[in-house]
Amino acid sequence: MTAQTEQTPPTDRFAPSEAHAASHAAAIAAVQEAFGDQLIEAVSFRGETTLVVGRDRILDILALLRDHADLHFDRLSDLTAIDYLNLGGDPRFAVVYHLMSRGNLARLRVRAQVPEDDPSIASVTGMFPMANWPEREVYDLFGIVFVGHPDLKRILLPDDWDGHPLRKDYPIGAEEVQFSFNEDEIAAQYPQTLEEREDRYFVPHPLNN
Amino acid sequence: MATTLAPTQVTLSGDSMTINMGPQHPSTHGVLRLVLDLEGETVMRCEPVIGYLHTGFEKTYETKTYLQGVVLTDRMDYLAPLSNNLVYALATEKLLGIDVPERAKVIRVLLAELTRINNHLVWLGTQALDLGAMSAFLYCFREREVLLDLFEMMSGARLMTSFIRPGGLMADLPPGWTELADSFIRAFPARVDEYESLLTKNEIFRERTIGVGVISRERAFELDVTGPSLRACGVDWDLRKLAPYSGYENYDFNVPTLSGGDVYDRYLVRIAEMRESTKIARQALDRLPDGPVVTDNRKIAIPPRAELATSMEALIHHFKLVSEGFKPPVGEVYQCIESPKGEIGVYMVSDGTGKPYRCHVRAPSFINLQALGPMSVGGLVADLVAIIGSIDPVLGEVDR
Repeated sequence: MTAQTEQTPPTDRFAPSEAHAASHAAAIAAVQEAFGDQLIEAVSFRGETTLVVGRDRILDILALLRDHADLHFDRLSDLTAIDYLNLGGDPRFAVVYHLMSRGNLARLRVRAQVPEDDPSIASVTGMFPMANWPEREVYDLFGIVFVGHPDLKRILLPDDWDGHPLRKDYPIGAEEVQFSFNEDEIAAQYPQTLEEREDRYFVPHPLNN
Repeated sequence: MATTLAPTQVTLSGDSMTINMGPQHPSTHGVLRLVLDLEGETVMRCEPVIGYLHTGFEKTYETKTYLQGVVLTDRMDYLAPLSNNLVYALATEKLLGIDVPERAKVIRVLLAELTRINNHLVWLGTQALDLGAMSAFLYCFREREVLLDLFEMMSGARLMTSFIRPGGLMADLPPGWTELADSFIRAFPARVDEYESLLTKNEIFRERTIGVGVISRERAFELDVTGPSLRACGVDWDLRKLAPYSGYENYDFNVPTLSGGDVYDRYLVRIAEMRESTKIARQALDRLPDGPVVTDNRKIAIPPRAELATSMEALIHHFKLVSEGFKPPVGEVYQCIESPKGEIGVYMVSDGTGKPYRCHVRAPSFINLQALGPMSVGGLVADLVAIIGSIDPVLGEVDR
């Protein structure tokens, strides 16, 4: 674990209140003490604190932050992920938890690193039921599997979609527009007969079988 | 401790029927599809199926400069575009570490509150319409038209305003705008009384809403419901008070809360919020200071058109800002505000280039919609219509 790194000196406007700063420091200390091998670094930027941790004991870390008497980060306000491919990220993915304390209103970000060869992490739905849909969204758009999620399936994209669009190697694609000069060329990409259309588009409805 | 949320289920007798409600259904407020298990008229299971309006905004943000990204925010929650503009602008400004002039802050508050009224008017009109009260819809849209005129006057667009931008505002308010806004704010409280006279003591409306769609305070916390739906459960939770932004700490207003947690209380909370918003808008209009509306930091704000003809530096700045955009330092921020629907947050990650590396939106409609199942199971299918309306989801924001 490296020392707390300051990326940019925070301007006064964004400095956290004393209570929040103390809460951030206490959170770092608590995680350092209990899960020192899991804490990779703690970053401060614009008054916000991010704990970068390994994924193995994420449930224990979040439970510690929630149940710790002085911290009480009892609200998960947001859950999302980042793909660090273009920044040469190793491990490639990170799942980001935005925690908040309903008592003193301090916020804390926990970023768990997830490797590319086994993109999975424990689901926090048991601890924070709110995480159900956000975890499905991350699974849908990043392909990160949440182990222990009660109903992990795509949420925004169709069930038969290929790939995970928010990954950095997923292209911003476009369908070529059909004009008179390329009419036949584009038409050839699509099914011509009814049978071909059915082969391509017909998905048996779960209720029919 | 908490149970998980996976499709809320009640034991079925075997006579149940599975049906689709939506995606094309007039009272699902957009393309929301609900898979329902019904026993007679009783909802035994309610599973929302979303994604029909998924447009990949979060992917698109990564290909746009910070300034270009503003237009995408309008299109998420298209009933409260200025709130979305505001949270995006605040997140970008936090990333840049800059402040905006005082006049811009006051106008932002004024517009955010007018947007809240605009959003609640559409919500009220459609909620009443869903329950068969036709006239409230017409009354609400009458006032909404004035607000849309105001938005059109200042930005040129009725819905997709893109008016609040990183660094300040698109432009100053045009001549005649404050007078029209003033007359609206003066007339509006009496109009809210009119809406209330149609609904608050209306026997049918009360029968349809009181005790319907109840959610407990604890369950609302577990599902992280925010906004009016949470305040109707007796929780005094409003980010304008708890974590003031854009100078909200300088305004005098109350946070209406009720404890019933049903559709009727959510209705009353929003009605009270319209009155409070009018109060805030009045204060903002009265204290509107003179001065610029865009930051004077030329590395961020596009220079005025008049300077381009005479100043080489202005021309260079203009060229650089339009072609590459400004480049915030490497870092990540989360900024949230109290939108009309709850806590909307933008999580932005910068890699030091002119485009966001990642921009995630914590959409209040998306999170609040998770509570639809727990609210509706055990109730009647006709009440489901009232419950959907009372959560006030905008599917553009749910699916992004």
